[in-house]
Amino acid sequence: MTASSETGQGAPAAGGLTRRQRRRLILGGEYALFLGVIVAVALLADWESLRVNFLNLDVVGDLFPEIITVGLRNTVIYTVTGFVLGLVAGLVLALMRLSSAGPYRWTAMIYIEVFRGLPALLIFIFVGVGVPLAFPGTNLPGGVYGQAALALALVSAAYMAETIRAGIEAVPRGQMEAARSLGMSRARAMRTIIIPQAFRVVIPPLTNELVLLFKDSSLALFIGVSLNERELAKFGQDLASEKGNTTPIVVAGLCYLLVTIPLGYLARRLETRQRRGQR
Amino acid sequence: MSGTAIEIEGLRKAFGADEVLRGIDLTVRSGEVVCVIGPSGSGKSTLLRCVNLLEEPTGGTIRVNGDEITHPDANLDAIRIGIGMVFQQFNLFPHLTALGNVTVAQRKVLRRDKDEAARIARENLARVGLAGREDAYPARLSGGQQQRVAIARALAMDPSVMLFDEPTSALDPELVGDVLAVMRTLAEDGMTMLVVTHEMSFAREVADRVIFLDGGVVVEEGPAAQVISEPRQARTREFLARVLDPASAGAPAGTVGKEAPE
Repeated sequence: MTASSETGQGAPAAGGLTRRQRRRLILGGEYALFLGVIVAVALLADWESLRVNFLNLDVVGDLFPEIITVGLRNTVIYTVTGFVLGLVAGLVLALMRLSSAGPYRWTAMIYIEVFRGLPALLIFIFVGVGVPLAFPGTNLPGGVYGQAALALALVSAAYMAETIRAGIEAVPRGQMEAARSLGMSRARAMRTIIIPQAFRVVIPPLTNELVLLFKDSSLALFIGVSLNERELAKFGQDLASEKGNTTPIVVAGLCYLLVTIPLGYLARRLETRQRRGQR
Repeated sequence: MSGTAIEIEGLRKAFGADEVLRGIDLTVRSGEVVCVIGPSGSGKSTLLRCVNLLEEPTGGTIRVNGDEITHPDANLDAIRIGIGMVFQQFNLFPHLTALGNVTVAQRKVLRRDKDEAARIARENLARVGLAGREDAYPARLSGGQQQRVAIARALAMDPSVMLFDEPTSALDPELVGDVLAVMRTLAEDGMTMLVVTHEMSFAREVADRVIFLDGGVVVEEGPAAQVISEPRQARTREFLARVLDPASAGAPAGTVGKEAPE
């Protein structure tokens, strides 16, 4: 904004200012505006009411330890089981996508297109409501835990399949040729030579996927969970209405950040280290 | 030194409408060292890659130690064990150490136990002058060392035939000598070798026979000294003049350089 307006050639422009003076003036204006907004918010906000509603220490005390032992615990369980299931399915889909057999390839492509194109919420509703309606009497192992893991796996498998496929394709062709020339079958070469290399490439993007899943696990509340199956978001929502106070939601949010920020940082670290490690 | 190691008859290979090999006949006897030379795009790498079926021929037959690898029912994996291959770009497995590179196929393909595979790997690494570098990852090795690990990796499978696809073309000039020295020793030990190369002095000194390939056909073949020193065909003479003294060539430069891997 500031740089692009400087088209003058050094001669004093309309206001009689040099380029440097004008730049300083604009920068100063921006700081002044920023400071003004902060001061206005600080003066106009009702701090006492904000504190009581959003960070009420009495309410905070009531949240512990359940918000950790129930909420965070279940969020982690849903995320990890969904991730593991989705990773396995994603690997299978990626291999199908790269198969020379048409039907495998098409099936994987249709799955990936469909599940990447649907809102995660719809898939949770589908698993939570639609599947029991369609197949009455069927019970997924683990009840709600199984349903949440399935829904998260269905969502993440499509994304992870594409990531893993890209990772496999990033392994140079000569690797497969060298493995085959040593007498390995295609399947053996995939397992021993190609996939281990592909996974090194995809660890950072898969870590990012884990962060997304961690957040998406909040959708488990649409499955209809019992008290002990509540994850962070549902827990925060329930206690907010119980206490008539927003604090539980804020604390639940902080719990999310406690995990997502370090994980995101880790993913970026892995990514830069990998980029540096490449010859 | 008798017996036929590789027997190629009427080999044809086309990539789409582009016919790269137009009927190649070639026999390599056991213990023989045959060098294939020719301009880039002449099909020499493709010829080599057909021998272990990394490229599927469009026509013709190839027998290795009597097994017809081009037969539709051939057990490719089993036949390939007996054919070692060394690539221009080394193609070492970057996630494994030098020792891991040399043991992995012994363990997974030949089902040798861990200790035996490691022992054989160490022997072969020593054979290529890399004793002591067992634990180095490929990224920590020079190009010449990587290529020698690749040779050891192939040798550990006890192949009866070794294929070399421009093994020194990707190396810095000062590293070429070590790799050629290993290949020379291998030849002296009686290994059957089919080598695609631009190293004319190596071909002249080590090869029993030299094949000059151009335009997908064998233009000239014969004893190494004769083909390289007194070529009979005009095309061979022209090619050799350009390779042996690139600066004096009247033809456009760049036609003799590295052949792009196909």
